[in-house]
Amino acid sequence: MSAGNGTAETVLAVDDLAVHFGGLAALNNVSFDVREGEVASLIGPNGAGKTTAFNVITGFQPPTTGTIRYKGQSLNGLRPNQIAEFGVVRTFQKTSVFASNSVFDNILIGLHRQGASKTWEILLSLPRVRKEELWLREKAAEILDFVGLSARANELGGALPYGEQRLLEVAIALAADPSLLLLDEPVSGMNPAETASFMDMVGKIRARGITILLVEHDMRMVMEVSDRVVVLNQGQIIAEGTPDEIQQDAEVIRAYLGHGARRA
Amino acid sequence: MNRWLTWAWVAFLLTLPLWMEDQYFLHILITSGIFTIAAMSLNLLLGYTGQLSLGHVAFFGIGAYTSALVSLGFDLELTDTYTFVFAPRPVWVAFVAGIVVAGMSGWLIGKISFKVRGAYFVIVTISFAEVVRLVALNWVDLTEGPMALNNIPPFTLAVPGVWELAFFHKLPNYYLVLAVAIVSYVTVRRLVHSRIGRAMIALRENEPLAASAGVDVTRYLVLAAIVSAAMAGAAGGLYTHYIRIVDPDVFLFIYTVTMVIMVITGGKGTLAGPIVGGLIFGILPEVLREFASPEVQWIIYGVFMIMIVFFLPNGIVPALSAWWNDRFGATPSAGGPGTGLPDLEAATRTAGEAT
Repeated sequence: MSAGNGTAETVLAVDDLAVHFGGLAALNNVSFDVREGEVASLIGPNGAGKTTAFNVITGFQPPTTGTIRYKGQSLNGLRPNQIAEFGVVRTFQKTSVFASNSVFDNILIGLHRQGASKTWEILLSLPRVRKEELWLREKAAEILDFVGLSARANELGGALPYGEQRLLEVAIALAADPSLLLLDEPVSGMNPAETASFMDMVGKIRARGITILLVEHDMRMVMEVSDRVVVLNQGQIIAEGTPDEIQQDAEVIRAYLGHGARRA
Repeated sequence: MNRWLTWAWVAFLLTLPLWMEDQYFLHILITSGIFTIAAMSLNLLLGYTGQLSLGHVAFFGIGAYTSALVSLGFDLELTDTYTFVFAPRPVWVAFVAGIVVAGMSGWLIGKISFKVRGAYFVIVTISFAEVVRLVALNWVDLTEGPMALNNIPPFTLAVPGVWELAFFHKLPNYYLVLAVAIVSYVTVRRLVHSRIGRAMIALRENEPLAASAGVDVTRYLVLAAIVSAAMAGAAGGLYTHYIRIVDPDVFLFIYTVTMVIMVITGGKGTLAGPIVGGLIFGILPEVLREFASPEVQWIIYGVFMIMIVFFLPNGIVPALSAWWNDRFGATPSAGGPGTGLPDLEAATRTAGEAT
């Protein structure tokens, strides 16, 4: 397991990012890095701009100003599927699976990027197309096994209980072969036992050499799995550091607990 | 079991003319078959990518007109002094040209309108069909307008200098339509069961998630539009060289509606759906004609359709396969604790995969 120490290389560089919706600045002057192999977390109160940051990084929301680079390559102006081609894949805050497809087919769809068959090859049903199909199916079974959903393979995505849908979401993202995985509140709505096993899985994903950027409200989880934490409040970064540093930070405590009587 | 069923179907259709000597019925089968091919093409867009093309008849008509014009030849007075003369080409060349031109117009529509989805896409396709119809109606120099293109040559099969068969009779046309239908079916089946088909289904089900997993949204929608339009163009070519006359009425909205009805009642997003729907709504009006006046025919037709949509909202094929699975438990997917609806949807997928 590669530790997220200071010497690791920067993979994601967000520089001076701003997103304005009309007069509202959802993000302002936001710069942070994510380093190879680490688990970085983005935290902050509701409306701090965490999901907006995710949307910008993955191409769902164009930034007003600022640049995003992944491994030296600018992601500005690219569409989500092009960004996925670089290995930057996300999950969504609101549970998002292919509800009327089987769990197995969900993974197969996620594996799209790993298939290479051309249209004409498929129309001619060449042997290599069939071979690839078998290979993809094996791969899908492997991923289902990894997230522990093998027993659910034939059920519909939308028929799974909530916690398992969140796992399925992560499995779909993993199928897209990410090198940077962005998880948007993956354990929201999970019970403590599910959260605990999800934390184990974060470790296992990381052990595969996948860098993780996490948005999460569950502070126990954040503090336990993260190497570094970036704190957003009202669209701006107010603190950055190791979990220990963040827990001591006066500004962070204020943002989360309020200003108390001093401000009034 | 489903593979067996498919082969039984093919065998049945292949041998049908041997014991069915009624030429009129053969004619109905040919036209139903042509419409079934068009319905299959619509199903690729509507059933798999989830985009409703209400101008689908445009591609059918473009295929028909292109094929007719290429086989007849035409001249166009471009300036006072220069006239472009296009000599008649063999019918097979014309047929392929019709497919290619229809496919190209599918690409065009795909490029233009897949920026817009849902209702906007529907409007763009309707407008497109209407524009093409008006061109066919008013560009009299090229299309003869309402006077129609006549004397379109039939398909011919020939060993040069030795033997030649022009498809004036119903029998060769029947087998030709059957062959094109099988090719179309295999095309859709292979696409749908590949990563391309899964990408299309993913776009229908959850576009943002598909995009974030790396599926190139526009690319697969445009691809679906091209294949779908080309297939509809092939149906148009078959039609034009069988009926041997084509006028702007081939672009009428009612034909698109007929295709949509075939797909929806048969079961959109299933492979067998458009075939079942195509045969039922191709043959039904003719059967009714025997013993009902036209007004009554249309009433029965309408009532039948409403009943199907009302009682089998997912279409006939999904309902049948759900019933079959219920009865004989052939499916591995238990359906789980879901309500009736997702169960049926599961059956849809299974049916789509197996048939």
